[in-house]
Amino acid sequence: MTTPAISEAPVHTRSTTSRLLGVAVLVGLVALVVLGFFGAPEDDEQADAVRLIFVHVPSALLTYAAFSVTAVGSVMWLWKRSVWWDLVAHGSAELGVIFCGLTLFTGSVWGRPTWNTYWDWGDVRLVTTLILFLLMIGYLAVRSMGGDESAIATRSAIVALIAAVNLPIVNRSVEWWFDRTLHQKSSLTDGNLEDLTLFTLLLGVVVWSIFYVWAMIHRFRVGWLERELRVGDLDLAIEQRRAEAHAAGDGGDQ
Amino acid sequence: MWRDIVLVAGKDLRIESRSRVTFSQVVPFAGLVLVLFGFALDANRPVLERATSGLFWITVMFVTTLAVQRSTSIETTDGARRALLLAGIEPVAVFVGKAAAIAVQLLAVELVLVGGIVVLYGADIESFALVAATCLVATVGIAGAGTLLGALVAGVRARETVLPILLLPVLAPVLIGATRAFDDALGSVAVDGWAWLGMLAGFGAVNLVLGALTYGVLLEET
Repeated sequence: MTTPAISEAPVHTRSTTSRLLGVAVLVGLVALVVLGFFGAPEDDEQADAVRLIFVHVPSALLTYAAFSVTAVGSVMWLWKRSVWWDLVAHGSAELGVIFCGLTLFTGSVWGRPTWNTYWDWGDVRLVTTLILFLLMIGYLAVRSMGGDESAIATRSAIVALIAAVNLPIVNRSVEWWFDRTLHQKSSLTDGNLEDLTLFTLLLGVVVWSIFYVWAMIHRFRVGWLERELRVGDLDLAIEQRRAEAHAAGDGGDQ
Repeated sequence: MWRDIVLVAGKDLRIESRSRVTFSQVVPFAGLVLVLFGFALDANRPVLERATSGLFWITVMFVTTLAVQRSTSIETTDGARRALLLAGIEPVAVFVGKAAAIAVQLLAVELVLVGGIVVLYGADIESFALVAATCLVATVGIAGAGTLLGALVAGVRARETVLPILLLPVLAPVLIGATRAFDDALGSVAVDGWAWLGMLAGFGAVNLVLGALTYGVLLEET
């Protein structure tokens, strides 16, 4: 199968937009640290452990967002054979795995003082999130298998769709299995948070979202340049072999 | 299309029956895993009885990776997959036929394993109907997911290690649902096992639909 054509390629990963986004992430992180540690009040029940939600909840939301983008990109690859969407799907999956790992880690650390355990096998959301994490690790394993790029994109797109089935299950698990979870319902919408705590949490979501966009821009461009290099190397090698064959042909004529 | 499904399933089952790999290697392997679980749990009968359902389905998961790898290797050797495509058989029929062949082999192994847990772990089956229904419904989902993922890693290097990485997390819902249903059937935990069958059926349906939609792309492109 022929390699799908690329329309336009960036020549580097930096741009004014990405720099502005990078600065916004840095400023936002500083504000988040200050508000998270010194601004937001302690919780009556959870004490200082409540501050972990400023990382945990945004990470969980960005996990859903990142894997959803991967699913959309995968569908677009299978439907349109769009290299652009394939690179988006790959980059978003990598970031999603980072966010998902962070969600599991911070949730586990938060669970120790709050639920008196790092891990509870009876909690449906914990278990389904872990399954999602393992599935996306599998997605990245398929990505690293090597071979024809088009075939890898197709294989990984199908894995992404299988994993995507799990997304709504993870998201709705606290409602569907309310009797089999230690998790509370949405922290953002349950109305139990203090004003400054809620503001800091929303700030965390905004900062994580900007970070996702910033990282996606760079990851996409790195992926594009890697691809250009591979395709360029192949073209160069073919050109060199043709030149050698041509030279050998000329020598034979003499 | 049904004729093609039967042809493909029959072909895979004939190859298996002639090679005798399932009965000379896979079934002994499954029995060995049951025995090793017994050693690992220190032959503690109450613990074994409580964990029987989970151990049964974990063994089935291990066996599934072997069965799927066998099924995939049938098509990858000697360019058999190309020949299958050139034969003009609908990819959906190939998918369903191969899944059916894997399901038949797994059901045969599960039959032996049920005997194994009764003899080795002292399992007391309270509902044979629930055991049979769970095996049937769960195996359909397992075979569907296994066939799809087997085709996905066909022909790539390190497929022996990539397949379990992909397959086992995908099968995790089956492990949870089938274990709960077996808990009820064996009377070890008071749960409604029939309710878990609905989840297993949903899982099977999703995997069969995904497989039917994407198997053709995999066959042609990978």
